[in-house]
This record gives sequence, structure tokens and C-alpha cells, in this order.
Amino acid sequence: MDDTVMPQTRRDLLRMIGTTGGGLAMYQAMTVLGHAAETQFTGPPMLSGARKGASVLVLGAGLAGMLAAYELTKAGYKVTVLEFQDRPGGRNISIRGGDKVAETDGSVQDCTFAPGNYLNPGPWRIPHHHRTLLHYCKQFGVELEPFIQLNHNAFVHRTKAFGGKPQRYREVATDFKGHVSELMAKALNAGSLDDKLTKEDKDKLLVAMREWGMLDKNMAYTSDLKVSGQRGYDKAPGGGVGGAPTPSTVNSLPDVLASNVWTQMGFFFTNVMQTTMFQPKGGMDMIGKGFYRQIAKMVRLNTRVTALSQNATGVTAAWEDAKTGQKGSTSADYCVCTIPATILNQIELQVGAPMKAALKALPYSNSVKIGLEMRRRFWEEDYSIYGGHSFTDQAIGLISYPNNNFFKDGPAVLLGSFASGAGGYQLAGMTHAKRIEAALEQGSVFHPAEYRKEFVSGTSYAWSRAPWIMGCCATWTEESRAAHYQNLCAMDGRIVMAGEHASYYGCWMEGALLSSLDAVTRLHQRALAG
Amino acid sequence: MGVIMRLGALGLGAVTLAAAVGLRAQDAPGGGPSAVEVSAEGRQVYEQICQACHMADAMGGGGAGAKIPALAGNPRLADKDYGTIILLKGRGGMPWFSDILTPEQMAAVLTYVRGHFNDYKDPVTLADVERVNVASPPVPDCNCTQ
Repeated sequence: MDDTVMPQTRRDLLRMIGTTGGGLAMYQAMTVLGHAAETQFTGPPMLSGARKGASVLVLGAGLAGMLAAYELTKAGYKVTVLEFQDRPGGRNISIRGGDKVAETDGSVQDCTFAPGNYLNPGPWRIPHHHRTLLHYCKQFGVELEPFIQLNHNAFVHRTKAFGGKPQRYREVATDFKGHVSELMAKALNAGSLDDKLTKEDKDKLLVAMREWGMLDKNMAYTSDLKVSGQRGYDKAPGGGVGGAPTPSTVNSLPDVLASNVWTQMGFFFTNVMQTTMFQPKGGMDMIGKGFYRQIAKMVRLNTRVTALSQNATGVTAAWEDAKTGQKGSTSADYCVCTIPATILNQIELQVGAPMKAALKALPYSNSVKIGLEMRRRFWEEDYSIYGGHSFTDQAIGLISYPNNNFFKDGPAVLLGSFASGAGGYQLAGMTHAKRIEAALEQGSVFHPAEYRKEFVSGTSYAWSRAPWIMGCCATWTEESRAAHYQNLCAMDGRIVMAGEHASYYGCWMEGALLSSLDAVTRLHQRALAG
Repeated sequence: MGVIMRLGALGLGAVTLAAAVGLRAQDAPGGGPSAVEVSAEGRQVYEQICQACHMADAMGGGGAGAKIPALAGNPRLADKDYGTIILLKGRGGMPWFSDILTPEQMAAVLTYVRGHFNDYKDPVTLADVERVNVASPPVPDCNCTQ
């Protein structure tokens, strides 16, 4: 074997694979080697050498649009960004005291949260493997803090389980695991699985069930101190003469099955839901503001695009100032369009039939988030719950506890609802006051003595009534992907689409950014070639 | 696809939805199967689901360039299959509701919308929904403001 072509390091190997097999082969190899397994981000695109005077029009100042503007400017393009709202960030948004929330019915809510408190109505948590977003947060100086995703001490509630009484996740999850282990051990010991396992593996599995399920010496799941070491004690271990703990009583299998707790257990196994997760300090919109600082001088806010046309030499967006009514138009050589499909379908758009069909095949999901400001952190003080979620099968879906300012006195904002599906539509169809009342009524199940007593004010955000998007996220199916996805992403003349809808990471900021990087890379190649 | 399979798929909406959420890896509450029940009665279905976007008075919402269509006084509803096709397949930004509403609920709410907010008094029946579901006509084109 010739040493000169043997890779000396992992990096050398990857370079060789990249040279001979192209980017996809390198990506697959990186996955095998344990790199890049969870996002396709391999670093910023490092575009350079735009033709002199070349220009790009970016529509939308959400994360996809702002990243496009940033990277294309670095490549040497003259960039202009048009944004409909009076703020940058798009769905990357936080609502604070003093903010107004307008809806498509003309109603306006005034948020009255105390200084420092906020609701993140859209994105709120960042997986540790969303490397594109984490890369730019670091680069743009956006400080991140832990988002408490899994809290064993928070609650699981189902209206038809445990008489409607919420249970600590810790207790029902331990019980589920224990009962399943006991049944598995019984099946193994009865020889029911002898034709599926070697003797050696059967013995190992029995040890695993005993240790993982906290079974006793008779392979039974019982209310002993060992089990209480996971699910909690009736009387916790203490000091001195009265220090001895007493065990808690395990729930029966039928009760545990009624709790559906495996849904949460499985949820926390989901790749995008695994710890460690992050949030920006001070509100999610710190990310949008971080991006905006890089490109603010290129952005025209309050600018509603009414038509987008193109010809052999360039693109032109006609627009109207949403505040003054002033009309104008902006032209450039190319366009990166990040306007959501719900809006773009209502704009005169000069693209081919395949891209138009793709845009019309994208329904948007619904979601309602509600922030409830409480006078004090009773969930911390009275329940020892610090961050995390209490789940319910009611319309609100869950309540989630703040991940910042632990132990502080003064008002704090709970997430009182993250509703989707039928529950989301029910809440969205209510008036603002009725939504708050529903959130208080349903959330009280977790903290009955405190919830209404400590309530100060609420702000709701119904995505299907947000006037600038009228929905939450694009919804693809396998069929619509097969029929339309490539047509949505392919450059149409001088126009390319970007945003979460043009990604396989829909509804995540990472998807918007990866889509944007792919779009600007292809636009740049096209501009240099043409 | 036969009527039994199609309607079977409708009935399994909650299951397929959960699977699809996992597949798409979207952010999700994670609460598991919802206890929220949608009424069988047309007016209540409208209030619980449709008015989230189309509003309590069915006048739609939004402004220039970003409109949600009115269902009240909407001449396109004269064709009684029109709403059925959209509930089954979605149109533009509006999703299909085959994973939230049963065919019976679709018939009930369409009858209500056509009769209460418009003057089309002939009911949409379960048989109508099943017929449209089997025939599977294309979604009417639109600029999605009407």
C-alpha cells in the first residue's frame, strides 16, 4: 500500500473523499465519522467575486432574507431588502410590554408585561445540533442560555387519567418503565421469547430489565426504596434522627397506561427535542436583531410588495409603503424571495407554472401561544419546577415555565398555551379575552390554588390571524414534496425562493437558514455563469 | 382509490398526523393525543374551527395583498361541491381538514356555511362528501383571496 495516498488524519480523509466523490459523498462520510450527522451545515458559504455592480433584491427580512443579504453582500453584491412589517425578524419575534399585537380581524392587543418579561410566540427553543443558527448567533454576538426541555418534576395531565389529576412526569415515567420491565421479565422467564433470543442474550436482557426497570429480587416492580430513588419518596431522605425515608406507592399499570406518558418519553427522544437546547437571553428576537445589525442599512421596512416581475436583464418589485401609501419600485439583477407562500399567492408574480403550482400546494399550519404574566414564580416556590413543560390533552397543549431569572422575585411570564390542531383552531377563533380565560381555566389544572390568584395579564398570538403571514409554517406531505419541492427550490429565471418552506427542516430557524445558504450559493453560481 | 379506503384514511387522521409530525420534525407541543372534541353540529364546527381564520361573521380577514376570503355572500359556494373539495384537499394557504373533521362534520359545517352565511338551502350530505372524495376533482384555481 502506498503511504502517500493514505489519509493521515480524519480531515485529510474527508478532503480526499470530497475531491473524488463530491459534496454528497463527503457529507455521507462525515456522518459516518460522527460529524454533521444532524444538520447539513458545513460552514458559511464563503462566496466571493461577484461581478462588478451586480445587484440582488431580497424580499422579506426574516432570518432567511437577512442571511441572504449578509452573505451576498460579503460576496460583493449590492443588496436591497424590502420588508412588509415595521420590524425585522419575521417569525423570529418576541412580544414585550408596550408592544401591540394586531390580527386579521382588525383587533389589537396591548401587551402590558413588566420590563424584562416577554412571550416568544414563534420559535422558542434551539436544538444543540442546529449548527447554522448556532454559528451565526456566535458570529453576531447573540448570547444564548439553556432552555430547560426535560423537567422530570413537571406534570403530565390527561382528562381521563388519574381522575383528571396531573401526575409528576418522574412518577409515571418511572412506573411505565417499571411495569413494562416486569412484564418483559415475566415473558422471558416463561420462555415466551426463547425462539427469539440466545440463552446469553436472554440472561443479559433479564439483568437489563431488573436494573433499568428497578425491579426487586423477585423481578417485580414494587413500592420499595429503590424505586423511590427514581420516582421520589413519600418522605424524602433527611438528616439526624428522623432522616430515614419512606417509599412512595407505585401506580397501577392500567393507571399508567391511561396517562399516555410514553408520548412524552418518546417526545424527549426526538432528535430536535433532545437536551441540550438553548434560547437567546432576553427573548427570541435577539437573534433577528443580531442579524439586522449586520444589514440594517440595506433594509426598507413597512414596504408591501405588490408585484414581482422579471425579464432577460433583471427583476423588479413594485411596492407600496404600508404607512404612507407611497408607491415605488426596486430593480436588481436577481431576487431572493422569502415571502411566505400564503402571501406570495396573492401577489402578481412572474414565474413559471411549476413554481406557481408549488407555491399553491403549500398550506400553512396553525398554532396559538399565550403568555400569562404571574405575580410570582409559584411554580418554583411552591412546586420546585424550574423550566420545562407540563403537558395536557386540553386545547392549550401544555404550559411551559420560564428558563431565565430563576429564584427572582417579581412577575414572570409563563407560556400558557402552545396549541395546535383542533385545539389551536378553537383558541384562535376566540376573542383575545376568551383565549386568556380558556388558558387560565385549562392551566389551573396544574396549579389550582395559584393560577388565577397570581395572574396579572395575558397576551395571545394566533398565527392563523397574524396579518403578515396568516399561518404558522408550510406543510409538506410526501406527495407534495415529490410533485413540487424541486420546482419550488429551482431558480426560476432570476428569482430564487428561500425560507423554512424551501427546506426539509420546515418550521425551524435552521431550515430557513440552510435554505437561504443553498439559495444564495446557487444564485451566485448562476450570476457568475450568466 | 376506493371509497372505503379513502374514508378509512380520513378516520385515521389523528394517527397519520402524529406520524407526519415526526417525519417532518417540526416543532410540536409533544402533548400526545388531544382530548379536544369537535362538535357534530354545523354551527359549532364553524365556531370551533373555521372562524379561526374566516371570522365569526364569516367576512374573512386581512388587508390588501394578505386576505383571508369571506365565506359570507361567496358566490363560489353556489356549487355545493366547491367547499367539499377545499375541506378535503386544502387550497393555497388553507390546509385540508381530513385529519381534523370527519366526513359527517364536513357535511354539517358546509350545510351551515352555505345556508346561514349564504342563501343556498340545499344541504351538503355525507353522500356528497363521499362522492367528491371518490371523484377527487382538482382544486379550483384561485388567487386565493376569494
